[in-house]
Amino acid sequence: MSRAEIFSNIRRGLGRGEASAEQKAAVKARLDQHKANLIPMRAQLPHHEQVALFKEMALEAAAEIIELTDIHEVPAACEAWLANREINELIAASDSQITALDWQSTPRIQLNHRVGKVGDIASLTTSFAGIAETGTLMLYSRQESPTTLNFLPDVHMVILHEKDIVGPYEDAWQKLRSSTAGTMPRTVNMITGPSRSADIEQRLQMGAHGPKELVILLISDSQ
Amino acid sequence: MQIESPAFKENARIALHDVDLQKALGNLKAGFPTKRAAAIERMPEFDSLRDEAMQLKNHIIENLDLYLEQFEENVTKQGGHVHWARTSDDACKTILDICRQVGAKTVTKGKSMVSEEVNLNEYLEANGVTPVETDLGEYILQLRGDHPSHIIAPAIHLNLEDVTEAFHEHHGRPRSSDPAVLMQEAREMLREKFVAADVGITGANFCVAETGSTIIVTNEGNGDLTQTLPKTHIVITSIEKVVPTLEDMTLFQRLLARSATGQEFTVYNTLSTGPRRADDQDGPENFHVVLVDNGRSEMVGSEFQDMLRCIRCSACMNHCPVYGSVGGHSYGWVYPGPMGSVLTPKMIGIEKAGLLPNASTFCGKCESVCPVRIPLPKLMRHWREDEFSKHLSPKAARWGLGGWAFFAKRPSLYRLLSKGANRALRLMAGKKGRVTKLPLAGGWTDWRDMPAPSGKTFMEQYKQQQR
Amino acid sequence: MQTSAKRHQVGLFVTCLVDMFRPSIGFATIKLLESAGCDVNVPSTQTCCGQPAFNSGDKATSIDIAKQTIEAFDGFEYVVGPSGSCISMLHHYPELFAESDPWHARATALKGRAYEITSFLTDVLNFDDILASYEGVATYHDSCSGLRELGVKQQPRTLLAKVANLSLNEMEESETCCGFGGTFCVKYPDISNRMVENKSANIDASGANTLLGGDLGCLLNMAGKLKRQGHAIEVRHIVEVLAGMTDEPAIGDANYNLGKAV
Repeated sequence: MSRAEIFSNIRRGLGRGEASAEQKAAVKARLDQHKANLIPMRAQLPHHEQVALFKEMALEAAAEIIELTDIHEVPAACEAWLANREINELIAASDSQITALDWQSTPRIQLNHRVGKVGDIASLTTSFAGIAETGTLMLYSRQESPTTLNFLPDVHMVILHEKDIVGPYEDAWQKLRSSTAGTMPRTVNMITGPSRSADIEQRLQMGAHGPKELVILLISDSQ
Repeated sequence: MQIESPAFKENARIALHDVDLQKALGNLKAGFPTKRAAAIERMPEFDSLRDEAMQLKNHIIENLDLYLEQFEENVTKQGGHVHWARTSDDACKTILDICRQVGAKTVTKGKSMVSEEVNLNEYLEANGVTPVETDLGEYILQLRGDHPSHIIAPAIHLNLEDVTEAFHEHHGRPRSSDPAVLMQEAREMLREKFVAADVGITGANFCVAETGSTIIVTNEGNGDLTQTLPKTHIVITSIEKVVPTLEDMTLFQRLLARSATGQEFTVYNTLSTGPRRADDQDGPENFHVVLVDNGRSEMVGSEFQDMLRCIRCSACMNHCPVYGSVGGHSYGWVYPGPMGSVLTPKMIGIEKAGLLPNASTFCGKCESVCPVRIPLPKLMRHWREDEFSKHLSPKAARWGLGGWAFFAKRPSLYRLLSKGANRALRLMAGKKGRVTKLPLAGGWTDWRDMPAPSGKTFMEQYKQQQR
Repeated sequence: MQTSAKRHQVGLFVTCLVDMFRPSIGFATIKLLESAGCDVNVPSTQTCCGQPAFNSGDKATSIDIAKQTIEAFDGFEYVVGPSGSCISMLHHYPELFAESDPWHARATALKGRAYEITSFLTDVLNFDDILASYEGVATYHDSCSGLRELGVKQQPRTLLAKVANLSLNEMEESETCCGFGGTFCVKYPDISNRMVENKSANIDASGANTLLGGDLGCLLNMAGKLKRQGHAIEVRHIVEVLAGMTDEPAIGDANYNLGKAV
């Protein structure tokens, strides 16, 4: 009942009945086109500058960046970072990029593949795109990468390849559509720095409900 | 929440003398406007983005039924459910029904102004379902039995001491006046609630027609835990939030954080599409979207249509000198500041909310910062026209205006009136050059002097010169 | 009306506040316009711009007054006034009429010819031949309508820069409303008072000894507050300084010659 009333009010306001076939087709076409609106110049840089901008913006958003040349350096880098804080467990996504790594060589961390739980200290996931214009990571949920890993642990470590850095958000949407064969996953996360709140007297505090630290393992693949 | 808008003047007077409130409001001024200005400085295309956003919103409204149909179709295709709520009551009932279907005892909530608008918390509580607010600001308010005074910084009217006391009382831990400690306390307290909740309710900043997705934009991550951990995720939002594509949503994303908090981008922008997939290890099993109307569909085609462009960024109130003086609670309902002064009369009636659209100097600051270029002063003026035509404005004001208009439409009589007033003011002022107490103009002279005319009227002197 | 091939024919929109409270602003405006090469006339059928009715929701009265003003200024090449607020109101006239109404076209034509004085001198006439001198440190309040509806921001400052011996100290938040707002200041006196208190604090903190502005309503409000608080700051309309007409006591200051005036 509500639905019919709402639609009839809208149509009355627009001074028409149900839209014409032409109008419907125009809307359909617009939905299919995925046309970009104005993209700021800052997001339209050559790739190496995009990488530099991504780093600058992510750091500004209080993320930490560990630069690596090869993904095989990830276990050691994680171990070193975690050992520094006396953390010995890492809850990890189970996509092949992570499972293919040699975690035997890093005995100081215990790697577990599961969903995030209350009390988890650190997690490791991948990110399929980095967005230069604001230093934003894009992740999506799937069997191998449950969303809770992105939010429950105190520390979220994220693997990102430099080649996956794009300029504007628009490029990330295209990349998402091709990565998921056009089907939206249940959850798509755009993450820019660690959790924070300024709800007490407008004073910024880091680490509200999500991760208190966001560590980006940025792989240049230069070798 | 109780409607207190008819008491705007009294509430404002109390607010102006509330030392603690004034201290808290000082934080707003120093924060948001300064940060917004800095963020915009770094985005040379900002004004062009505003133009495009305004045009896109207009396009959406012109095709609102079609985009809503597409959104509904795609939510359904992904296994979600769309519910339509004509009124607040419809929305509350729908949500309670869902809660009952899944046997919910407690629900966690992300920050949602639409849920405030429909008074959801009170309704759920009255029906045996306990809502738990998880946004830090909203959580503080819930502990205190308080309501938001700002649409994105709900506890802006409170000071640190208020939080210290509320947490001490409810958490039973030692008092702390360190915001970091207090936040950690809330984090720990709410972890259990997130896990225990049967239903998670969030709002949505946008609904994407192309994909059937809803998006929330938060800095804390509470919304994400709210919608990921419980078995059922309910989104409560309103019909004008629909956008065509992800690319179109992005246009608004570029404007939202910069206009709101002055951030380049909010920490978490999260899209939800349907329930968890067959092979997903986490996420809700049920996904519901409740689309609230509450008078919005009647704004289409009306003189208030432009208000449907609003993306709830709060820039208008952050920059409003009236809001900055009296705070959000003075407005007496859910939406304060300039956007509230346009929206509230539509939702609770101009009879109750008439003082709000009048409480503006039309300084235009709100319109100048609005990311979707809503002509807020013009829309407030439309309410004044509505009020005037319904004879709702105060009698004294109408008579005064009528008397003045009689003269203003008759130039030679107007000359006489000016001349008389000019003489009277000068006589009263004497040699001081100003009047300190003026009958019928106490509103002026209670607070400031009235400078006296410096001589005969311009028209008299000009006429003399021309001879 | 005297016609001249070269001189612009300007109708002065006096504004009711200038008419009643401070005629010198009107005469200073005439002086500036004449020195910039204009012939100035003051149509006697003008009254108020209609803003009190417009902002109170009384559309019928607004329309009547708009028509009266449009007719009063028929035939003038330009309409110029010493107020951003009143001239903005003239710019609102087209909104009052349906596009099919012949008055809409006339209102639109008036809008195209109507300018605030500092904007007219600077943007239209490209005039900055200011010969005045003023000993003092001034601060400038940007009145809302002029600033946001007409884009008056740099023009007054460009002109003030030409005034000998005057220096300008910008106050904090010069673009924030002073709380006048026409009928607002009597309908919501407490809020208006808070706003003008904030303003006077910023004026005081600027270290200036003179407050200048382009709208008499705002200036009366700020002067009234400054005087009540006992500040010695002189308040004047910008055209008084630009035209070198500052012999008269500042707004709200004592020593008006009552005997001579009445």
